[in-house]
Amino acid sequence: MGVVTTTLDTAVNWARTGAMWPLLFGLACCAIEMMATQASDYDLSRFGMELNRASPRQSDLIIVAGRVTRKMAPVVRQLYDQMASPKWVIAMGDCASCGGVYNNYAVVQGVDEIIPVDVYIAGCPPRPEQLIHGILTLHEKIKGDSLRNAVYVKELA
Amino acid sequence: MAVSHVEGTSVGAVAQESTWEGNVEELRGLVSDRALTGETMLLNMGPHHPSTHGVLRLLLELDGEQIVTCLPDVGFLHTGIEKNIEAKTYEKGVTLTDRMDYLSPMSNNMVFCLAIEKLVDLDVPARAQVIRVICLELSRISSHLVWLGTHALDLGAMSVFLYAFREREMILNMFEMLSGQRLMGSYFRPGGVWRDLTPDFLPTLEKFLDYFPAKIDDYESLLTNNPLWIDRTQGIGVVEPEDALAWGMSGPSLRGSGVNWDIRKAMPYSGYEQYDFHVPLGEHGDVYDRFFIRILELRESVKIIRQAIQKLPGGPFRSQNRKFVPPPRAELGQSMEAVIHHFKLWTEGFSAPDAEVYVSVESPRGEIGCYLHGTGGNKPRRVHFKTPSYMHIGALPVMTKDHFIADLVAIIGSVDIVLGDCDR
Amino acid sequence: MDIPKALNPVEALKNALPDAVADVVEFRDETTIVVDPTKIRSVMQFLRDTSGLIYNFLSDISAVDYWDQSYNYDINKRFGVSYHIYSMLYNRRLRVKVYLPEEAPTVESVTSIWPAANWLEREIIDMMGVKFVGHPDPRRVLMPEDWEGYPHRRDYPLGYETIQFSFNVEEIIKHKPLAKE
Repeated sequence: MGVVTTTLDTAVNWARTGAMWPLLFGLACCAIEMMATQASDYDLSRFGMELNRASPRQSDLIIVAGRVTRKMAPVVRQLYDQMASPKWVIAMGDCASCGGVYNNYAVVQGVDEIIPVDVYIAGCPPRPEQLIHGILTLHEKIKGDSLRNAVYVKELA
Repeated sequence: MAVSHVEGTSVGAVAQESTWEGNVEELRGLVSDRALTGETMLLNMGPHHPSTHGVLRLLLELDGEQIVTCLPDVGFLHTGIEKNIEAKTYEKGVTLTDRMDYLSPMSNNMVFCLAIEKLVDLDVPARAQVIRVICLELSRISSHLVWLGTHALDLGAMSVFLYAFREREMILNMFEMLSGQRLMGSYFRPGGVWRDLTPDFLPTLEKFLDYFPAKIDDYESLLTNNPLWIDRTQGIGVVEPEDALAWGMSGPSLRGSGVNWDIRKAMPYSGYEQYDFHVPLGEHGDVYDRFFIRILELRESVKIIRQAIQKLPGGPFRSQNRKFVPPPRAELGQSMEAVIHHFKLWTEGFSAPDAEVYVSVESPRGEIGCYLHGTGGNKPRRVHFKTPSYMHIGALPVMTKDHFIADLVAIIGSVDIVLGDCDR
Repeated sequence: MDIPKALNPVEALKNALPDAVADVVEFRDETTIVVDPTKIRSVMQFLRDTSGLIYNFLSDISAVDYWDQSYNYDINKRFGVSYHIYSMLYNRRLRVKVYLPEEAPTVESVTSIWPAANWLEREIIDMMGVKFVGHPDPRRVLMPEDWEGYPHRRDYPLGYETIQFSFNVEEIIKHKPLAKE
């Protein structure tokens, strides 16, 4: 009988990266590439992410796929607030990262003005490989996290 | 995915004990008076909802499960594309049009390029026209595949989505061969296309055309005669032809009601009059007819592409009019004039007369029109896109009246809305 | 079925409503009839219902703003509203255009003739600030309810923000309203 020893942090982070459920939330063109990532060719379920939750209460990750407009901004913020901690944000595509080609009255110049972003993915729209790379980058980030540093733990204390 | 799973960002509200911050009185005249007294229920659906195909918000007045009124609220994706194009030269504007109807970017490119070509009276060589037809029909197939996958997914058929996206990837790979981008290629330019077909494009295309029709049979074997599918779609969302015309519907949604109007046939552009194809028509105007027409259009598109490959002529792929189209790279080292044209076009752009034109093309969703007004300078005064999704969402109240809320999802799916197309 | 002979829309309109037609423009095979804004409803009713014309499909209504940075424009013709109508029977298009003044641009709504005009006119109300008299639902459609101004007017700024590069990133981050948890 082999014995496995590990730290609590490693075990928790392994669990978190192994089954990270994204919110079923698409805005614009990038959402089509997000769908392509989940479909047959790129198969996001390899990373335990095939289950798109339609409710923010049940999801860990919000992929902001597309341009966030001034009218949509309060909605995005409310969705983020409704998600349970720990939660992560990926800004997918140029528009969500910095406004992209739409430097105008209607578009928020980067979703980081509304919600804190963990990973930015460049591209207009990013290829599915880029999205997968962004998700793996997020996994790396989570693996480096410690329970002690988590925001919600501080809030509870 | 549960169909009746309504996940709103502002909660549904009953009139008396409302957590909704707005005032019900504001809706007087828009909803029936029964909603103001609390007899019927007001329910908010969207803007974040799995089956509204984007960020559409619907305010529903429900009597039990029956829809009394449906008030669509759009604009959550209003990007200011029209205003942005006014600040750019004509050729740069093409890049922005891609992102309106993001399921068939080529149709948007096409209508904007056609408008520019009409405004400045620019010729398009025969080869470019045929390449454009191939691309338009490929993007029609890819758009219909996304529609098929998501529409079936909304009504509970998961596997069609996976199959449809499998075939779509092949088309996207071909677009990538042409333009270097999977979705937003901006491949059409005023006066032609960006570059010639790559050598491996046509063999790949022919392989795809041999492969694809069998796959349409697969989709049909999953859906067309499936009793569950028929129960959910037949007799639902019936639109009479008079209503469809009055509400400005177009494309497969109009033809589902039996009105024979396809802009490819009625006002041919890019040489569509030379192709032999059939425009499928519906009889009942219900969800099933709109579904079946699109399936038949997939087959017609394959037919058109086969003919296009047959008649693909040689020659230039862009107009030789150097006042509007930049010279090829090879010419720049040899001709001073070419350098001047190149410099002028990439810094200032070309000028268009102070006049207005309106052109429309048949996109996978319907009539997409472009109203272009020049200033006499290098930037347009006004660009306005008439988009089919906008008209179809405007007609949703008529289509959904007295239907059950579960059928609403089927109706939204059947008119194939794209919110980027609607809000621009 | 007998199809009545197609009429020339310009001549037919000039005969029926002589004081409505202000101008006729031909450009690239497109006919534009400029009409008096107060008569737009009767003109549209005539074009839709007269046998030989039957423009039964409203394709688009688009508005254009002739405002100019150098104020070199006609104050009484600042806005143009173009109705693109289409006849399925005769397979031809026609553009009917009205010019509206800068002060209180107002035109009659054609919603009662084509319900499709409902949303197309709402977009213009929202984006250009043109008033449509008799419109059943004149709320904003694309912009938020509390938005100020009409974004597609030419004097409305595009809303440009400085683009972030590596040389100015610190300056921009200082002012950027970044979100907190």
